[in-house]
Amino acid sequence: MSAESTLLYLDGVSVSFDGFKALNSLSLVMMPGEMRAIIGPNGAGKTTMMDVITGKTRPDTGTILFEGQTDLTRLREAAIANLGIGRKFQRPTVFEPHTVWDNLELALKAPRRPLKTLTYAISRDDRARIEEILNITRLSPLRGRQAGSLSHGQKQWLEIGMLLAQDPKLLLVDEPVAGMTDAETEQTAELLCSIAGKHSVIVVEHDMSFVRALGVKVTVLAEGSVLAEGSLDSVSANAQVIDTYLGR
Amino acid sequence: MRRALRWLMALCVVVATSTAAFAADLRPLVQALGSGGYSGTEKALAQLSEAGDPAAVPVIEALQAGDLFVRKADGTVVIARKAGDAYTLTDPLTRAALGDAPAAAVEKIRINNALRRAISASLGALTLMSPDAGVRRSAADAVFKSRDAQALETLNAAIAKEQDKGVRAAMEQARAAILLTGEAASKMSDAEIQSATDTLTARGDRDALVLLNMVAGSGASDVTKRSAAAAVSTLEQKLAFWAALQNLWYGLSLGSVLLLAAIGLAVTFGVMGVINMAHGEMVMIGAYTTFLVQEAFRAYAPGLFDLSILVALPAAFLVSGGVGIIIERSVIRWLYGRPLETLLATWGLSLALQQAVRSIFGPTNREVGAPSWMSGAFELGGLTITYGRLWIVIFAFAVFAALLVALKRTWFGLSIRAVTQNRPMANAMGIRTARVDALTFGLGSGIAGLAGVALSQIDNVSPNLGQGYIIDSFMVVVFGGVGNLWGTLVGALTLGSINKFLEPYAGAVLGKILVLIFIILFIQRRPRGLFALKGRAVEA
Amino acid sequence: MLLRFFLMGLDRKAGIVLTILAFLAVAVPVMTLWVPADSPFHLSVFTVSLLGKYLCFALLALALDLVWGYCGILSLGHAAFFALGGYAMGMYLMRQIGPRGVYGNPELPDFMVFLNWTELPWYWWGFDQFWFAALMVLVVPGALAFAFGWFAFRSRVTGVYLSIITQALTFALLLAFFRNDMGFGGNNGLTDFKDILGYDIQADTTRVALFVATVAALALSYMIASGVIASKLGKVLVALRDAESRVRFMGYDTESYKLFAWTLSACMAGVAGALYVPQVGIINPSEFAPASSIEAVIWVAVGGRGTLAGGILGAVLVNMGKSYFTGALPELWLFALGGLFVAVTLFLPKGLLGLWGQLTAKLPRRNKASPLPNAQPANQTAGQKGA
Repeated sequence: MSAESTLLYLDGVSVSFDGFKALNSLSLVMMPGEMRAIIGPNGAGKTTMMDVITGKTRPDTGTILFEGQTDLTRLREAAIANLGIGRKFQRPTVFEPHTVWDNLELALKAPRRPLKTLTYAISRDDRARIEEILNITRLSPLRGRQAGSLSHGQKQWLEIGMLLAQDPKLLLVDEPVAGMTDAETEQTAELLCSIAGKHSVIVVEHDMSFVRALGVKVTVLAEGSVLAEGSLDSVSANAQVIDTYLGR
Repeated sequence: MRRALRWLMALCVVVATSTAAFAADLRPLVQALGSGGYSGTEKALAQLSEAGDPAAVPVIEALQAGDLFVRKADGTVVIARKAGDAYTLTDPLTRAALGDAPAAAVEKIRINNALRRAISASLGALTLMSPDAGVRRSAADAVFKSRDAQALETLNAAIAKEQDKGVRAAMEQARAAILLTGEAASKMSDAEIQSATDTLTARGDRDALVLLNMVAGSGASDVTKRSAAAAVSTLEQKLAFWAALQNLWYGLSLGSVLLLAAIGLAVTFGVMGVINMAHGEMVMIGAYTTFLVQEAFRAYAPGLFDLSILVALPAAFLVSGGVGIIIERSVIRWLYGRPLETLLATWGLSLALQQAVRSIFGPTNREVGAPSWMSGAFELGGLTITYGRLWIVIFAFAVFAALLVALKRTWFGLSIRAVTQNRPMANAMGIRTARVDALTFGLGSGIAGLAGVALSQIDNVSPNLGQGYIIDSFMVVVFGGVGNLWGTLVGALTLGSINKFLEPYAGAVLGKILVLIFIILFIQRRPRGLFALKGRAVEA
Repeated sequence: MLLRFFLMGLDRKAGIVLTILAFLAVAVPVMTLWVPADSPFHLSVFTVSLLGKYLCFALLALALDLVWGYCGILSLGHAAFFALGGYAMGMYLMRQIGPRGVYGNPELPDFMVFLNWTELPWYWWGFDQFWFAALMVLVVPGALAFAFGWFAFRSRVTGVYLSIITQALTFALLLAFFRNDMGFGGNNGLTDFKDILGYDIQADTTRVALFVATVAALALSYMIASGVIASKLGKVLVALRDAESRVRFMGYDTESYKLFAWTLSACMAGVAGALYVPQVGIINPSEFAPASSIEAVIWVAVGGRGTLAGGILGAVLVNMGKSYFTGALPELWLFALGGLFVAVTLFLPKGLLGLWGQLTAKLPRRNKASPLPNAQPANQTAGQKGA
């Protein structure tokens, strides 16, 4: 398959840490506007895959192309982020000393160079955009609160909000509902579904009901490479997947 | 039986008379020096040379120096030294004092050029033919330096007779020196010239190089010059090689000092994640402990002074280690997980410790002596190796090995590693982490104390001793990589060597600056040092 | 736009600081020059210079707080920038001596004559002009900081490693400037200044003027720092202090941000040094000693880091204490200083202003998030890395 029309093209990517093969000739393709769920046992390489895409780790071998042309293995994290790839981490990492508003303002898509930020004054459009995100993430009444004092679930949503504010073409979301209540999980699923289409999303999760609620194509990773791909039902029926991950 | 006795008696008589004859032999000859004018002196001189008794040497030297006089009253030959208006007289053979005499009472024994030559020759002959090998050797060296052509004859004779290889080599070198620089050089065959330059090359030191350079520049013939020039380049290469090796030795020595100073820091920083800015003071305390131990030995057991270092070692370990444990329990343990604050707090402690020592012992340097088995030096090929530094190198490696064994094979070492890698788990498994922390810090500080003992031998013991090593120790740990004792070893030896190699070209201070800049740039390539621990766990 | 920048930084704390400084700028000249000598309100010139010295240190502390409190970079070598600025000013003052030196050489300073040098080295050219020297006061520390920061930040050196190599940097400079053949006065440094900008450096009016200049510099620097912190750039700095990789993943090139703050801070430190030298009359290489830099750190720690004003407060308080101790109980000063380090890190991690903030937070107030990012809450998260 040619890389030209794809959004994200991974081919034969391998990474090893001191002999341990975290990724083993991994190949994966995302089309624009697609949402994909990645599941798999611990140590399968899900987080490492995100690390190589976002530039945190350099792959030993393999190709990673964004929008069919940009080689991500040559760029640093900030440059990759500015291309339009945003990431939400496993543990919520919001900026604790800043208020919710400031967190969003920092994340908002805007010129990133130091001199620009020095002279930045918030415009009406920016203000409106932040308001919009505050509404989507239901954090509007907490806008002046210090992010460090938010609850766990609120921090997760703030982080999703920050990700939206970046307006990325591709969102990488790592275990968004870990530690959330059922109700919050459902709301998160709704949120993610609402933004898919305009954005492409890769979601890594363990929570099967959440994955089912998303209703998208699923890729199963195990031992650093793709084990199976397809709808949740089809991969759930796959014998290998059952053996390594889902259980009987 | 009676026949044996008679033989014995005859033997005794012969021996007695011959000894007496020897001693007696010289006296009239010495007396003869003072009479008969130039020729009389010359004759007496020749006879003295022939007699071959080295006791005559000081007399002849006095003659050469113009200190030999005749006492007019009785014609006795004396050595006279001017003291004010009068002369102090001494017996030339026995050096017994003979009182004073006014200037008018003595007359100098004069010498002319012919006599001068004769004196040199006879001095050379007497010393070169001395029964004592040491005297012969120094005579040969003296001739090498003086290149006195008149000694050539005696020299040839001495070489022919010489049995001792070392002494003969020295004599041959002296002869080669004379031949190449004298008028005889133009008359020598090529082979002879070559053999002379070879002899000098074999001597292999700076004096030979200087001589060969001289000959190469202004030798009597082209053949001589070329031969000498070739010898010069061979010799220069040889000397450069030994100089490089000497530098390597210095680098090893400095590296071992750095290793001793830094290994304790590596333990606390690498294994515990604690920055101890007071580490230098632990070293300083070890040095002062050495001082105190030595003072005690000097006062109560001066004869056993050589053992003082051996007593100082465990003492310094315990004292510095003890101070370290106190610091850990009172300050550091409240600051775990906050490395920058630990840095600041320990800096404050370092200031206080320095001031405390300054108040007790005063700000000036203290005398720490070296035991006899650590003094002096020996030659190894072209290298000069001092015993002190040799012992320090051995000691440093011994400490390193002991530490490695302690960490890898003892239960204590295992608990240290466990606590470093996963404190809560270690706690859950029953390891008393608080105690392990304190003991580890004590271990690191104790080793610093040992370093202080070693450093007291090569550096001044003052309250500022630690400050001179703290930055170097940090550099070693940062360069070598954290969490790995081998990294410290390689780092210390590398930095020591680089420092010493730069020194001849850039000077000590500039060399140090360059090393610091090198490290700053090196960190850019490898931010975690040479032997970095890899993997995700280290990111924390 | 510049006005907006400054106004952004003008919050309550800035208001207090600037008011105090303005008061000093007016009161001190009056009390020294106009109030008669026998009045209890008279200030001696000696006191004025002493206060000026404290304020120069306060500026250094402000610069340090900018990188430590707001960027998380604990610099143990900031006095190097202070000293470089001092040397630049010192070189100008040396050239102003002209033929009035001991050896009477109109071109060469005394120490060069003493070394048998015949002409001025190239790096002394231009220092007879004040504008050039003033430019060098900013450029030299700035350029060094930029170069150093470029290498250090790009290689992602952080935390303790970074602190240690800043210490190595200032130590290397110490060794270099101690050498007599470097052309900077060697271990004696530069001293014996006669006048500055044509005015006698020892005159009362000059001293007061220098004091006022120091106050002005401190005030201006405070406003700049405050403006930077209040801007979006400042928010990025605070964010990267605690979560640098997160900021990177958001598309900010954190190395450039750190480099900006670091260079700005170095320039401020250089200005502090330049104002310090004419007021104390000498600059020598011991200013480069790591101990000086680490002392600056304790000023910020005592006052409260991450507050801008804390550095100023700490610098003045600690140096007042130092003047007292070294005068009355010199033996005890180092104990006191060492004890201060230990006490502040153990018991007062947020400094005096932090303590004040904690005490006043307990009073019933509206829970309004301050527009300035506050350093305190970050410390509350357990197991936070760095300090």
